[in-house]
Amino acid sequence: MYVEMKNISKSFADCKACDDISFGIEQGKLVALLGPSGSGKTTLLRMIAGLEIQDGGDILIDGRVVNDVPGKDREIGFVFQNYALFRYMTVYDNIAYGLKIKKVPAKQIRETVMELIGLVGLSGMEKRYPAQLSGGQKQRVAFARALALKPKLLLLDEPFAAIDAKVRKELRNWLKDMISRVGITSIFVTHDQDEAVEVADDILIINEGRLEQIGRPLDIYKHPNTPFVAQFIGSSVVLDSFTGFKGFDEVKNDSKVVIRPEFVEAFKGDNPRFNKLISAAEKGTLRNIQFRGNCLEISLEVNGVILSTNRSLERRPVRIGDEMYVIVYRIYVINNEETAVHKNVLLKDINVEML
Amino acid sequence: MMNKKAYKRIIPGFGLSFGITLLYLGFIVIIPLCSLVIFTAGISPGVFLETVTRPRVLSSYMVSFSTALAAAVVDAVMGVIIAWVLVRYQFPGKKLMNGIIELPFALPTAVAGISLTHLTTDKGWIGKMFHDAFGIDIAYTRLGITVALVFIGIPFVVRSVEPVLEKMDRGVEEAADMLGAGRTKIFFDIILPEIAPALFSGFSLSFARGLGEYGSVVFIAGNKPYETEIAPLMILSQLQEYDYTSATAIALVMLIAAFIILLINSYIQSRSAKITGGMA
Repeated sequence: MYVEMKNISKSFADCKACDDISFGIEQGKLVALLGPSGSGKTTLLRMIAGLEIQDGGDILIDGRVVNDVPGKDREIGFVFQNYALFRYMTVYDNIAYGLKIKKVPAKQIRETVMELIGLVGLSGMEKRYPAQLSGGQKQRVAFARALALKPKLLLLDEPFAAIDAKVRKELRNWLKDMISRVGITSIFVTHDQDEAVEVADDILIINEGRLEQIGRPLDIYKHPNTPFVAQFIGSSVVLDSFTGFKGFDEVKNDSKVVIRPEFVEAFKGDNPRFNKLISAAEKGTLRNIQFRGNCLEISLEVNGVILSTNRSLERRPVRIGDEMYVIVYRIYVINNEETAVHKNVLLKDINVEML
Repeated sequence: MMNKKAYKRIIPGFGLSFGITLLYLGFIVIIPLCSLVIFTAGISPGVFLETVTRPRVLSSYMVSFSTALAAAVVDAVMGVIIAWVLVRYQFPGKKLMNGIIELPFALPTAVAGISLTHLTTDKGWIGKMFHDAFGIDIAYTRLGITVALVFIGIPFVVRSVEPVLEKMDRGVEEAADMLGAGRTKIFFDIILPEIAPALFSGFSLSFARGLGEYGSVVFIAGNKPYETEIAPLMILSQLQEYDYTSATAIALVMLIAAFIILLINSYIQSRSAKITGGMA
């Protein structure tokens, strides 16, 4: 483990930002700290950087306890949320700043800085001031500045938060590519699950100062450990009761049922493709249609609850009020702190994936 | 055919407010100042030069400029420290301290002059200390004038630097810290460039004010010819002798000096605005 957090806790006044958090991060991994705002993920990142001091617990970097090591001596590069570029310095001087402080010979500074400017694709812009750059370019400068001292660990606080949606996607891929090219262990904070899923090797999900789950994005998606994770990752419908559905036992009180859109299929009664499933299906009424850019999200009322599913634009048009058959492949049943997957027993002989 | 159309503003009031601005500037600022120039234009350049280069006048300029400059420098340093404390730290009595900053503006300058003089004569509390300990006299010297001008000018610096410090992104300091900069380096490399335009604006305002300050200075200065006689006092004494042309000639030089200071200031402001606004 390159970075290890052992029983970290931290409070601000009467607010617990981190509550006994422990985890480890392997060398060379790109890890996302994911959680809603106010969950304590930024505090966690700032403690690794030495910008906040934990109330209790140990932080180890490369096997060394760094509790009392100031941030600047932890060999960490930090990319701040709003980039925190030095406004009165040019791009060149921003990137060179750390090297100048370390009293690196001028010739070597020039080489390193020009190499970094080339790496992040800002050649020819070294004489510009930050105010003359776009959001994406500023981020590249912040990234290059953080890498100038050849840190062993790169920390990024909400790296895409201040960038508009279209550039953000582009920049995500760029950053992922850049980090794998430099080969540096990196941790970034985000509240955007798409961003975490798309960019990170591993995701740590933080909620209310506690670590909910750590794992590969797909594993977390398929096997959420806690109710919070099941609801936070992927879009889903949460129901307090789930009764009268064919193929499922009745779910008892004070359990919650989480159903993802891809667990639900809706079809018209005359659709031959779903002939075999009709016996396992419930009747429902179409209540709402939302265009989601590349598909339709349709909501249906079935047995007194509203279920959602995505519908391809290539399929037959549907209208609000249509009667449709609705089939549920599986559900998550969450009881206190445990999550179980319940499959539709009527479908056990049918290969659903082949439909 | 495209017609040239006046740009349509959504929010009304430009005409009215701009008209009021021009009228105000005209009556209160421009016309009085122009009249000064016109009065002076009545005298020949030879007489003008002779008036403003009289040894006593020259030395009064010297006194005014040197004390105002020294006071502005002290204000700049102390003002930044006070603004820093007011912005960055929480302490009991902060609100009171914040309110006291403006007292020099509110106080009649003569009151300030009298109380400062009392304190700093060789019989006053502070003056006695300095007289006995270091053999330094404050009242009735240029040092005394400087003290009065420091008192008058400090709010300019504090009030211009304070909002800039408040607005500063703390992340910038943290970024410099992560890159290995110490506290002193962070101040001079990161914080000072950020507050420099505001600081210079406060500095030049307090310098310009110091040049023209009369009320608080005349008491503490002692007004010895060639030593502690300030330029505004020269103007006043010419007026008392009904020598209006000399008075306006001396005043014109002061006007030009003040104008140059403010011009330099506005140049510095626009330069820094270009850097932070992306037009450098």
